[in-house]
Amino acid sequence: MILPWLILIPFIGGLLCWQFERYSNTLPRWIALFTMLSLFVLALWLWITGDFTLAPAPGGDPVWAHEFKMQWIPRMGITIHLAMDGLSVLMVVLTGLLGVLSVLCSWNEIQNRVGFFHLNLMWILGGVVGVFLAVDLFLFFFFWEMMLVPMYFLIALWGHSGSEGKTRINAATKFFIYTQASGLVMLIAILSLVFIHFQQTGDWTFNYADLLRTQFAPHTEYLLMLGFFVAFAVKFPVVPFHSWLPDAHAQAPTAGSVDLAGILLKTAAYGLIRFSLPLFPNASAEFAPIAMYLGVFAIIYGALLSFAQTDIKRLIAYSSVSHMGFVLIAIYSGSEIAMQGAVVQMMAHGLSAAALFILCGQLYERLGTRDMRQMGGIWGRMPWLPAISLFFAAAALGMPGTGNFVGEFLILIGSFPGAPWVTSIAATGLVFGSVYSLIMIHRAYFGPSKSDEPLLGLKARELTMVLGLAGLLVLLGVYPQPVLDTSAASTHGVVQWMSSAFNQLDQAR
Amino acid sequence: MDFTTQHLLALLPLLITSLTIVAVMLGIAWKRNHAMTFGLSVIGLNLALLSVFAATSVAPLQVTPLLMVDKFACFYMVLVLASTLACVTLIHAYLGGESGKGYPGNREELYLLILLSAAGGLVLVSAQHLAGLFIGLELLSVPSYGMIAYAFFNKRSLEAGIKYMVLSAAGSAFLLFGMALLYAESGSMSFAGIGQAVAGGAPSLLVEVGFGMMLVGLAFKLSLVPFHLWTADVYEGAPAPVAAFLATASKVAVFAVLLRLYEVSPAASGGWLTELLTVLAIASILFGNLLALLQNNIKRLLGYSSIAHFGYLLIALIASNGLAIEAVAVYLAMYVLTTLGAFGVITLMSTPYKGRDADALYEYRGLFWRRPYLTAVLTVMMLSLAGIPLTAGFIGKFYIIGVGVESQQWWLLGALVLGSAIGVFYYLRVMVTLFLVEPNLHRHDAPFDWGQRAGGVMLMVVAFLAFFLGVYPQPLLVLLAKFSIG
Repeated sequence: MILPWLILIPFIGGLLCWQFERYSNTLPRWIALFTMLSLFVLALWLWITGDFTLAPAPGGDPVWAHEFKMQWIPRMGITIHLAMDGLSVLMVVLTGLLGVLSVLCSWNEIQNRVGFFHLNLMWILGGVVGVFLAVDLFLFFFFWEMMLVPMYFLIALWGHSGSEGKTRINAATKFFIYTQASGLVMLIAILSLVFIHFQQTGDWTFNYADLLRTQFAPHTEYLLMLGFFVAFAVKFPVVPFHSWLPDAHAQAPTAGSVDLAGILLKTAAYGLIRFSLPLFPNASAEFAPIAMYLGVFAIIYGALLSFAQTDIKRLIAYSSVSHMGFVLIAIYSGSEIAMQGAVVQMMAHGLSAAALFILCGQLYERLGTRDMRQMGGIWGRMPWLPAISLFFAAAALGMPGTGNFVGEFLILIGSFPGAPWVTSIAATGLVFGSVYSLIMIHRAYFGPSKSDEPLLGLKARELTMVLGLAGLLVLLGVYPQPVLDTSAASTHGVVQWMSSAFNQLDQAR
Repeated sequence: MDFTTQHLLALLPLLITSLTIVAVMLGIAWKRNHAMTFGLSVIGLNLALLSVFAATSVAPLQVTPLLMVDKFACFYMVLVLASTLACVTLIHAYLGGESGKGYPGNREELYLLILLSAAGGLVLVSAQHLAGLFIGLELLSVPSYGMIAYAFFNKRSLEAGIKYMVLSAAGSAFLLFGMALLYAESGSMSFAGIGQAVAGGAPSLLVEVGFGMMLVGLAFKLSLVPFHLWTADVYEGAPAPVAAFLATASKVAVFAVLLRLYEVSPAASGGWLTELLTVLAIASILFGNLLALLQNNIKRLLGYSSIAHFGYLLIALIASNGLAIEAVAVYLAMYVLTTLGAFGVITLMSTPYKGRDADALYEYRGLFWRRPYLTAVLTVMMLSLAGIPLTAGFIGKFYIIGVGVESQQWWLLGALVLGSAIGVFYYLRVMVTLFLVEPNLHRHDAPFDWGQRAGGVMLMVVAFLAFFLGVYPQPLLVLLAKFSIG
């Protein structure tokens, strides 16, 4: 009974925030903080007490650490079926943590319609938790689409107007249309899958465990896999589908960026690992080279574009494209080490990107601009913030001692035996990564100063947030074992699916 | 044929509606009183709604060769009656409570017209004979000319009425010609008779042309592209509650009879007719959405979006298998609910009548900060029209996609995805307008006590249903699965 509460807490908390706005502007903030803290603590408790040696694997029914099942729409065989294994618990913990941070980082930034803002924020997080827990495909899709609406409002109503006539409403609409259209393609794929299963067994069901047993003709499997892949690729974002991301990031309020980079992108990676690979292992194996090259392309292309940006938030947004490229390579490499690396990389990128966006937000509150041409020389004008930024930039470029290093290292070492060329090219992405990270630091914090006026230092709230994140990132960098242990069973299962498919493919050739 | 109590029971909804018409007419002749006319109409419609339960108890039953009262008909009767009832409450709000305020002309006849039209709808949904179809269709359409032009001192309203009349007459001409051709070939006027006569072997050219022309006639009423030219102007010109009626009850009834024709006479879906219908569907989806894209008038926008929605519905009609009938029922129920809500908000914003409706998009800027609940209703409606989860529209779209996948209509599904993507843009545009910063503009505004009036209560119910059915559609789906033809 504990899993539904993980979803209900944010939804109820959001409604309370909205209703209590009429009494005070601060009350919704405290309610939201409390809501997110309880979500985080609950998730942590589940992580600490749970036994995550159970996870879905080929052959036999999927087994879970926690499970919840309730009838919803029996007419179509739809159930409210939630389940948790090592992978989902990590993602939920990350969601809870970033939820707390996104409430904290908008404490001063958001001053109007506070209640409604927190309603949207809480509902996004509730939807994301739903995506991470749902193992009924209808329910999964339900949450997948549902979280778009509050995100849309967040960008459209509290966003910053961008440069060159790019309005926040356009950015929000672009985000919505990209994700919604690709989501419908996935819905078509889901329904086709269900119909094929219906023809084979005579049962209407959207249940993950049952659909895993569906048999396909090779051609059909490939098409269905593509249907899923398109939806995930847009959210990921894989390069030809990425153009909504920089706009959305640049225009979103800090909390929106934190959620977008920190967890919304992770839902796509999670979806690939949880659904796309196990449901369509043969087609995925066949598709793997293409996906890996797309990943390589994303790494290089994201890095190059990142280097060319003048807007600091767009720079970080493109760097996300680059970092998620590593995750894509890892997912399709079929290697357990790389897959474990992908999980660590997702966590580490969630933390480091969130921190960078929070720092940008703090900078924006003080300077009123995100344009790096207007910055320069900030190192001398304020304490703490530049140095912390330097730390996270170093983390983003994969400095040993941070979680990002562990993630990227595992991904590269794991994928190398299977795909030496892809891995070699991807490794050059690390060099590009250091170029754009350092150039960001150089342009923003060093160089000639535009003004000598000292800037307001960081408050305790702001300092705690970023230092806490830095601490976690170092912890993940020097002792990633708990994370690796938790996700081991899940990745092992998925890799088993993949490797048997790879073997079949090799034999066929 | 003997007329038994059972037949009377089956006809009860239609009889009660007709009696209400007579009572309202006599009432108006005796003494003009807005409240009394409204009360009579509402009581009559509610009784008619209740009597549908009596009709279901004897269904399926053939009443005269013209009508077939089966579960299918009963469901659409409920839909037509309920949407008429909603429109009547909106009309009451729109025309203004007491005399001297609001609408300056005679108010009572509008109720008479809408009831007549609803009676036509009831005939249409149970028609199983070409004559029944035509009687129902004309009874549905002719009063609506009057309703559209009801604000006759407003040029746009008058223009819309005349435009609708001319095009509707043209549509009827096509329909009659098609019927004549079908009769010439098959020698029968009942749907089943035509189906039997032309079954076996390829349908002759005469039959195909006959069905094609009937399709054109009905496509006029459903405003499918390329027979949609009247839609936006009529929706804009007609008083808001009348536009709501046109978009809901009228279209639902016509679609129901089209579906029955398709199911009972399978010849209709042979040969190039299917291709024709596919082209109509794709064109409606794409053009409807594209034309809605840059509208600044919310009534025109809803008009174009209704074209697109009937394009989606055609997917189920073309599939005509397994889930199709159920999917149409689900989608129409969702569509009616949502459209009533959207037009309801427009009506209440234009209430009481002040010469023109509040239909320009800028009048809705920042509505959230003035009327949060009214805005919440419109937001849910827009999300539902766009088919986003948590709203009824999503379940409808889910079913349509399900049917499309089942019958492997990949082209149509592609059009649907593309159309939805375009659609999201303008629905979101309307939605975000509601939340934008308020300009200093108060030209049109809903009265403060709108929530307590019948129209406001109705809107709240509609919004709640749209949300509830989006989250828990099981009861409706179980109910609808039983509503088969025959």
